[in-house]
Amino acid sequence: MATQQSRAAARLMIAPAVFVLLVWMLIPLCMTLYFSFADYRPLRGVFEAWIGFKNYESFLTSSSFLKAVGTTLWMVAGILSITIIGGILFALLLDQPMFGQGIVRILVIAPFFVMPTVSALVWKNMFFNVDNGLFSYLYKFFGMQPYDFLSQAPLFSIIVIVAWQWLPFATLILLTAVQSLSSEQLEAAEMDGAPGIKRFWYIILPHLSRAVTVVILIQTIFLLSIFAEIFVTTNGAFGTRTLTYLVYQRVLESQNIGLGSAGGIIAVILANIVAIFLMRIVGKNLDK
Amino acid sequence: MNLKNALVGATALVSVSATAALAASHSSTITIATVNNGDMVRMQALTGKFNEAHPDINVEWVTLEENVLRQNVTTDITTGGGAYDVITIGTYEVPIWGKNDWLVSLNDGMADDWNAADLLPAIAGGLTVDDNLYAAPFYGESSMVMYRKDLMEKAGLEMPEAPTWDFIREAAAAMTDRDNEINGICARGKAGWGENMAFLTAMSNSFGARWFDEDWQAQFDSDAWANTLNFYLDMMAESGPQGAANNGFNENLTLFQQGKCGMWIDATVAASFVTGDDSTVADQVGFALAPDNGLGKRGNWLWAWSLAVPSSSDNIDAAKTFISWATSQGYTEIVAAEEGWANVPPGTRTSLYENADYLAAAPFAEMTLKSILSADPTNPTVDPVPYTGVQFVAIPEFAGIANQVGQEFSAALAGQQSAEEALENAQELTTEEMEAAGY
Amino acid sequence: MARAITKQKKIMWTALAWGLGLLIFFPILWTFLTSFKSEVTAISDPPVWFFFDWTTENYTAVLERSNYPLALTNSIIIAVGSTILGIIFAVPAAWAMAFVPGPKTKDVLLWMLSTKMLPAVGVLYPLVLVAKWLGLMDSRILLIVILMLINLPIIVWMLYTYFREIPGEILEAARMDGASLKSEILYVLTPMAVPGIASTILLNIILAWNEAFWTILLTTVNAAPLTKFISSFSAPEGLFYAKLSAASIMAIAPILIMGWFSQKQLVRGLTFGAVK
Repeated sequence: MATQQSRAAARLMIAPAVFVLLVWMLIPLCMTLYFSFADYRPLRGVFEAWIGFKNYESFLTSSSFLKAVGTTLWMVAGILSITIIGGILFALLLDQPMFGQGIVRILVIAPFFVMPTVSALVWKNMFFNVDNGLFSYLYKFFGMQPYDFLSQAPLFSIIVIVAWQWLPFATLILLTAVQSLSSEQLEAAEMDGAPGIKRFWYIILPHLSRAVTVVILIQTIFLLSIFAEIFVTTNGAFGTRTLTYLVYQRVLESQNIGLGSAGGIIAVILANIVAIFLMRIVGKNLDK
Repeated sequence: MNLKNALVGATALVSVSATAALAASHSSTITIATVNNGDMVRMQALTGKFNEAHPDINVEWVTLEENVLRQNVTTDITTGGGAYDVITIGTYEVPIWGKNDWLVSLNDGMADDWNAADLLPAIAGGLTVDDNLYAAPFYGESSMVMYRKDLMEKAGLEMPEAPTWDFIREAAAAMTDRDNEINGICARGKAGWGENMAFLTAMSNSFGARWFDEDWQAQFDSDAWANTLNFYLDMMAESGPQGAANNGFNENLTLFQQGKCGMWIDATVAASFVTGDDSTVADQVGFALAPDNGLGKRGNWLWAWSLAVPSSSDNIDAAKTFISWATSQGYTEIVAAEEGWANVPPGTRTSLYENADYLAAAPFAEMTLKSILSADPTNPTVDPVPYTGVQFVAIPEFAGIANQVGQEFSAALAGQQSAEEALENAQELTTEEMEAAGY
Repeated sequence: MARAITKQKKIMWTALAWGLGLLIFFPILWTFLTSFKSEVTAISDPPVWFFFDWTTENYTAVLERSNYPLALTNSIIIAVGSTILGIIFAVPAAWAMAFVPGPKTKDVLLWMLSTKMLPAVGVLYPLVLVAKWLGLMDSRILLIVILMLINLPIIVWMLYTYFREIPGEILEAARMDGASLKSEILYVLTPMAVPGIASTILLNIILAWNEAFWTILLTTVNAAPLTKFISSFSAPEGLFYAKLSAASIMAIAPILIMGWFSQKQLVRGLTFGAVK
């Protein structure tokens, strides 16, 4: 259907967006690439432009690297499973007949508007804190010893915080998908006497698969770069140091820009591997 | 959606903000970056008093939590950003930054009545590089034992002026009453070079440990470090609060103020808070020197939050005028008049400790001064070391390394690994980093 | 036969949904309540819920200590500005990708998304150096541009998936009638695209409002938004829960209220192609 002319016009329309993103990619990325081969430690006043792959070597061989990759994957996987399972349940729940549905929806989507720093601070101090946190009062109320979430279950605590923030997003997308399910399909199943679980498994879930892939894709992009939540709660202690946080430590805490830049490049490469993998799936799913 | 209107709106916004930025750069405004600690917040609140004396200087404040402040200030100074005219930094940063010529020397250009000779020598010494004073101390601190007299009495013990670590541990166990939420000892456990590592490094000095030997070899595999860490972990397990691994200065302060600590070993500057209005135990607090092990070194540190001028500042003179004001004797008098003598920033000037009003109002003054004077940054350890600094090692790599070591020790306190594992990891990563740094 | 809805069932669903909804909302509610307590009440054991001396002293203290109006203005300008700028770049691109798909369209789209993978801190120094060289440190325009670039891939993606759902036949019909490309966009497409664009704008304002890395590190005073404002109230000395709560409420209230009022629009276009 596309004519030569409209194709040219289309290219012209895409060009500005591609151009600015290209500049955005290239300038910082090229500089990072340049620094990653340099010995650049401003606090020492050291700048040696070329030291080969030494930064890459020390970043990759340091004992913290693999641990950080593992932590990142666990964190993302944990958050994704909570938000998707919770999101499906909430979406199904919100689709039921009830009084004040609009208000419930407002309550459920509220966490999405809270900035990460604020939610991390609130959870850390007012909920997880072992002396004055609400959870501790709850434990004491039931006659139990308060549990120190942030040092005993640090990864879980951060996953809870982030999942709380992203649950609304998953719920909203999944809700739209649930609502688009034609009621005839469901009714037919109901008439056939299919029990709830079966209905869910054979009709609802397949219908949601597209929405789930989208949620996974979009969330992963954001979750791979989680920073504020870790910075505020544990500062990377107790095995909560993700790859992003490791790069942060190299760049800002150790002030080793060369090493940090190498870490940054490695993080970009790994993230893109994950992304390509994800998008293959999504691409397939979206083309259906 | 009217795209054209939106576009016009956006352009208008852009030009408005551009003009605003332009206007700001032409006025005689100074931007001050500072920590959100109580004394600094008070300084910010007293800006009006500064403007009474200097109406020509407009002051903008950037008051931030310590970690965020460090991110901002370090990025600015290493890139020569010039965003700030006055920055708040500590004894660790000043020598390193001063050496790189990133700070302006305060040897001249300060107000005439700003009496440099009055500064405590131990404090001023840490801020001086090659005879140039690169920062003016705003408040100085060492560390000491703060304890509850009532609980001590109940335990049938008496706190000596200079306790040993064994006494502290014994007293802590005796005071602990977990059913009533009383923990014998509170100490820092939160990971960070300025948090648990400040406490543990100072403590290790009194156990005869050191970070590096004279050849810059990491020493975490030494017996002295094993003794330090094991003692600390055991004592905290016996008598420390739950969740100690997340407690930094502020968390412990809250605990102590709520009456949940029998003893607290931390910054001397906390003394005015634990005896202040927010404290439920204000009239029961006693003070003692930081503990020792009879090896000739005490476990107390030395630190001064100080005001400095980055070389990249455009308003060096105005910045110096402000620093002269905020770190002068006159400033303490202003605070005393507004908030009472007990609340003046302590630990920087000899004259303060000769001031009868201050000594009368601050029961902790004497112990603070003794603690500060007993710390020796140039000779911090039992065995000789190639570095200076009591609770830190004054090399640029230290912050990065100590943050990671702090995480290992914090994880040990949280019970996630043993002391041996923590020390092994610390030794490995320190060696790794030091080799990478070319030592 | 319609699905039988008994009253009993409806009440049961209502109770369950309200219970869970309140549970999710609880942290915000608790922050709100705490912001009106005194510092001592804020940590009282057992916690108090509604019956305490409500006070606004925390709000007064926060307002006294920092320039909230400026931070709020900056947040609004940066969030709205970057969104508008992003839309300007994204609408044509997404339109072209959706209606004139070429063989490379999908690749371009995926490449765009992959730019979002750049870990912010990794490019911190390069960016600071460039910004300094341009003299743009602590300026709103810098943040508007950077946040626009960070979120542009998401905007394009969202619009693309939305536009794709607009049936192509309508365009064909318009074209048959001799409509030019311009009028095709203006009169046929735009009205249909409005819900998608509206929800994209809303989502992007939220994302920009909450961005807390660049907005903290590239600003000092003039351009500092609410994310930086919050940093001066986290973990100061002494008791701080009540003041932290007040500052938190002040930082999230504007966006929360905007979100609530526009939730219908937000939800309508927020599909990312999730629904066929």
